[in-house]
Amino acid sequence: MTARQTPVLSARGLEKTFTIGGAFSRKRVRALGGVDLDIAHGEVVALVGESGSGKSTLARCIARLEQPSAGTFLFEGEDIIATSKRRATREYRSAVQMIFQDPFGSLNPVHRIGHFLERPLRIHGAASGRAEMERAKQRLMAKVGLPDEMLDRYPHELSGGQRQRIAIARALAVNPRLILADEPTSMLDVSVRIGVLNLMRTLCEEQGISMLYITHDLASARYLADRIVVMFAGEFVEGGEAMELLANPAHPYTRLLISAVPDPKRVEPFDPVERARLRREVLHPTGCQWAGKTTEPCSAEKAVFHRLSEQPEHWARCGLYAPPSDAPGTALEQPAHDQENDAA
Amino acid sequence: MTAPLLEIQDLSVEYVTEARTVRAVDRVSFSIAEREVFGLAGESGCGKSTIANAILRLLRDPAVISGGSVRFAGTDVLALDAEALREFRWRKVAMVFQSAMNALNPVMTIGDQIVDIFTTHDGVSKKIALARAGDLLDLVGIPRDRLRSYPHQLSGGMRQRVVIAMATALRPPLLIMDEPTTALDVVVQQEIMAQIKDLQRELGFAILFITHDMSLMVELSDRMAVMYAGRFVETARSNEIFDTPEHPYTRALMNAFPPMSGPRTRLQGLGEGVRFRDIPDLEPITPTHWVAPSDDDSLITETIS
Repeated sequence: MTARQTPVLSARGLEKTFTIGGAFSRKRVRALGGVDLDIAHGEVVALVGESGSGKSTLARCIARLEQPSAGTFLFEGEDIIATSKRRATREYRSAVQMIFQDPFGSLNPVHRIGHFLERPLRIHGAASGRAEMERAKQRLMAKVGLPDEMLDRYPHELSGGQRQRIAIARALAVNPRLILADEPTSMLDVSVRIGVLNLMRTLCEEQGISMLYITHDLASARYLADRIVVMFAGEFVEGGEAMELLANPAHPYTRLLISAVPDPKRVEPFDPVERARLRREVLHPTGCQWAGKTTEPCSAEKAVFHRLSEQPEHWARCGLYAPPSDAPGTALEQPAHDQENDAA
Repeated sequence: MTAPLLEIQDLSVEYVTEARTVRAVDRVSFSIAEREVFGLAGESGCGKSTIANAILRLLRDPAVISGGSVRFAGTDVLALDAEALREFRWRKVAMVFQSAMNALNPVMTIGDQIVDIFTTHDGVSKKIALARAGDLLDLVGIPRDRLRSYPHQLSGGMRQRVVIAMATALRPPLLIMDEPTTALDVVVQQEIMAQIKDLQRELGFAILFITHDMSLMVELSDRMAVMYAGRFVETARSNEIFDTPEHPYTRALMNAFPPMSGPRTRLQGLGEGVRFRDIPDLEPITPTHWVAPSDDDSLITETIS
């Protein structure tokens, strides 16, 4: 992996609180509870967690579609929130591009495909003049592996995979340095998913683009990412180099997630009693397995991260710390079935 | 193996409109034995759900069963009259749909909905029905006091458990599960799958399991079939398909779910725009493993330049 002296993105203590329930409501949900994230040049970081854990909120804050409630982030060394308070500069919006989950919703049905590529090229001044524009569009189509003829088609004439490739081409039109991909393959037909993942991998490798890949699918994170960060109830619980993290998962939530991935190669099915134990440990921690073994002191009040290994990088949140009461709800909270009750 | 519970021969289903006729299911044959889990894999629009609906005779205009037969324990399902059909559905074959929210009535409590099954099909009193409804919730590990809850008061996983419990209410020998966990979160999905396995062991029903997730299917099913554009392209024991997938489409589907162990290798999917046409009939390569002959592997190509 590349040296991480100058990360493309460096976020510190990013927080986002939403007020929920009507205009006069004071009920708050802390969707993002102060996270730190670095992404190096050309690096693919996978952000993994269940739905509602705050993955998309983090991406939307970085894309500046949401205003973070607290925290800062540096993009290529520049403090983005301080330099442009309310909204992102045009410069920033071309450097950071987002790919959404639903390729059916992200392309306006009344425009031809060519339009989606032309607009960013023109607005960000990447191409001018008819001939240059044509060449730029064709170059983009070639990059995402689609034929030029498709430029004259409408979105409804394309398959889901083809549309997602157009969304990727549109993001590439403005020479981004960071792509935020929010579950880009979850709505695609299974047979074309791997092709889209391969395309994203190739683009990152060849053009040195960094990527934050958001997913709930650990298997695809393992396939694509250099580094994996696991998120639960608005906070990070574990992170590190992809293969190291998956080989030696430390936090109970990560282990629960891994146990949930269907894997026909798994020799022994995951024990439901063990899973119930992990689930309780996540929601109601009783102790920290690293207490006294690392330099950082444990804390039940504040999220402390224990560094488990430098090379390869691997850290996990202190086992004593439980998600605070204003953290978003989680699917884990539903009453468990009988075996788990027995175990309790 | 004894005589099959469900036997489907050359089933074809067509959607007939004024403009054109589309064959959604094209000469498909398979059988499911008692207590067997049979998986049906394929992507959206390949005809998986149409088969499920055809078995229960739930197809409506413009869909018509244009050929073939469906036999359940020797009875010709396609010949049943309205009264026999009522008796057949739920008691003989029950269905679990993908979206539990849509399968439950939002303005009735869970209890009332389960009670309805027993009073309608078994003709028992409301009191007995209520007691049985409680037993049913016990079976899937949901507290009895939830009988008074409305569907929106339950989490997605709990709703799906209720739907599964309701499907088993009349102890049908066959359950059809159409993507039962697709709408759920990964951790919950695994728990529902474990629950289904437990119930199957306990109650001994057979399952027709429909999904596009190959790893999930290989974990649960005894035998499986891969479907493409209304045709079967491969059918075998699940471990055979997992170890030696023969048809290029099957391989593409397997590759769609990268492994969680072993070294990371670059996988190849189905190229954008690749279509298989005129899929021939299945031919055996072993007594249990049947594949539709396909020209070559060049169909699986990377389209990245």
